[in-house]
Amino acid sequence: MEHFISLIIRAVFVENMALAFFLGMCTFLAVSKKIEAAIGLGVAVIVVLTLTVPVNNLIYTYLLKDGALAWAGYPDVDLSFLGLLSYIGVIAALVQILEMFLDKYVPALYNALGVFLPLITVNCAIMGASLFMVEREYNFGESVAYGFGAGLGWALAITALAGIRERLKYSDVPDGLKGLGITFITVGLMSLGFMSFGGIDI
Amino acid sequence: MLRKFLDSIEPHFHKGGKYEKLYALYEAVDTALFQPAATTKTTAHVRDGIDLKRIMITVWACALIPMFYGMWNVGFQANTIIEGMSNPELSGWRHAIIGALGGYDPNSTWDNFLHGAVYFLPIYFVTFVVGGFWEVLFAAVRGHEVNEGFFVTSILFALTCPPDLPLWLVAMGISFGVVIGKEVFGGTGKNFLNPALTGRAFLFFAYPAAMSGDAVWTAVDGYTGATALSVLASEGLQGGAVGVPTGQLTWMDAFLGNMHGSIGETSTLAILIAGAILLLMKIASWRIVAGTMLGMMATAFLFNTIGSETNPMFNVPWYWHLVVGGFAFGLIFMTTDPVSAAMTNTGRWWYGILIGVMCVLIRVVNPAFPEGMMLAILFANLFAPLFDHFVVQSHIKRRLARG
Repeated sequence: MEHFISLIIRAVFVENMALAFFLGMCTFLAVSKKIEAAIGLGVAVIVVLTLTVPVNNLIYTYLLKDGALAWAGYPDVDLSFLGLLSYIGVIAALVQILEMFLDKYVPALYNALGVFLPLITVNCAIMGASLFMVEREYNFGESVAYGFGAGLGWALAITALAGIRERLKYSDVPDGLKGLGITFITVGLMSLGFMSFGGIDI
Repeated sequence: MLRKFLDSIEPHFHKGGKYEKLYALYEAVDTALFQPAATTKTTAHVRDGIDLKRIMITVWACALIPMFYGMWNVGFQANTIIEGMSNPELSGWRHAIIGALGGYDPNSTWDNFLHGAVYFLPIYFVTFVVGGFWEVLFAAVRGHEVNEGFFVTSILFALTCPPDLPLWLVAMGISFGVVIGKEVFGGTGKNFLNPALTGRAFLFFAYPAAMSGDAVWTAVDGYTGATALSVLASEGLQGGAVGVPTGQLTWMDAFLGNMHGSIGETSTLAILIAGAILLLMKIASWRIVAGTMLGMMATAFLFNTIGSETNPMFNVPWYWHLVVGGFAFGLIFMTTDPVSAAMTNTGRWWYGILIGVMCVLIRVVNPAFPEGMMLAILFANLFAPLFDHFVVQSHIKRRLARG
């Protein structure tokens, strides 16, 4: 249990997807204008990551890994070169299912997220989490914890950014920096704040 | 006479004049020396005798208390060490000044002050000139006025520097703090991070050896001495004292400030006196201070209870956390910065608690950084707008429910 908790804390703070690895930047910058939308998207990312990382873990362990097909009678087959393709397929399918589910049962959130829900498919943070999972050789349980933690960290970061950007509405930014420019500086300063966790070893 | 001179050159600075761009500089000099012509004539606006200028000047004046103590202490620590050295190497312009005006006697208040001053004043001077240059440049180009907030930023930044910091690093740090931390957002009141801390954090990560190495805390060349905090982290408390290189440091020593460290942070007593003034004048928010203390005490207590065989920081009680490192300085001067803190009363409590918790957390469980206060405050700055947002939302909901 302790192992899983420390894995989650690591993924949320120390290895924050958005502010330590700068993954998922496109949606991070685009949907952080309002806190409500940011929270909605954050929740969606948490759900998608908690589902896709374990599912990809299963696919990797039982289909793609070197020797994974031994159960089907092919112990020498190594399909790991199909990794990228399969993971993105799984992510796309899961996002599609999530979208249909939200449309049917939570239409308010569906409308709030609008075009950004399909965009989660190409969110680098989602893909990145699956690739990190493979690289660090997490087992199934660990990949659930890692997926959830990575999603939570990303959600936390985008919510904080949205809060700051709502406050920065009253700021007086030089013309050349208005919009994305100042947001990049803001994100850079935020990751300076998140550096406080760098080096924690749990 | 000065008034006449200022009046006579004034037209040059108005629109169309020769030095139109420098109006901000003129305005700053003018209002600092004389009362502005456009004062409020009626009582309609008077709600409080204190305005932003007064607030900033008060904070600045309060920061002088730890500053004077810090100057004396830098000199005292350095002179004590020099006295103990058999063949100290004393050359360079600093020692030329000391040699001309005083000596190296740790028992002489004047010598200590002088020694501290030749280290602190250049840092403060560089901070003020370089930071002021950016401030005036932005004010001139963007057409706003030079704000007194810079007084506070400059002295706080200078006080958080280790005494032996090279001056070009001071210039870089304050430039980053003022330009990226504040001016790109439009000046005082529009930034979301504390500019002094932003500059310091930038130096801390970009030049770690110069900012937090063992050699920088004492104003003696070539002398390495760890701060009380890093000794605590490696060896822990032994019989109620810390084994710093200069001897056993008791709690009372640490409270009074007889130890190495950044210039302004050593004496908790001096800082608390300044803090009492700021709290009584209601310039610093007591909610933030109380929240930070509460968060720090609770987290320290929690770690004490858990305990650890391998990490001596787990067993450090809260009253030691208060007196070592930059906790007290950050508590009084940095957390209460009205711009980057939370603005709602409930939000201030949570903001303070988050700082206290994070500070102890970084000090105890993060082996990479012995000091946690700076990063804890920067981290909490990021979440201050969120706290405000949720407090406001809950108020709105409660109002709606009430009908």
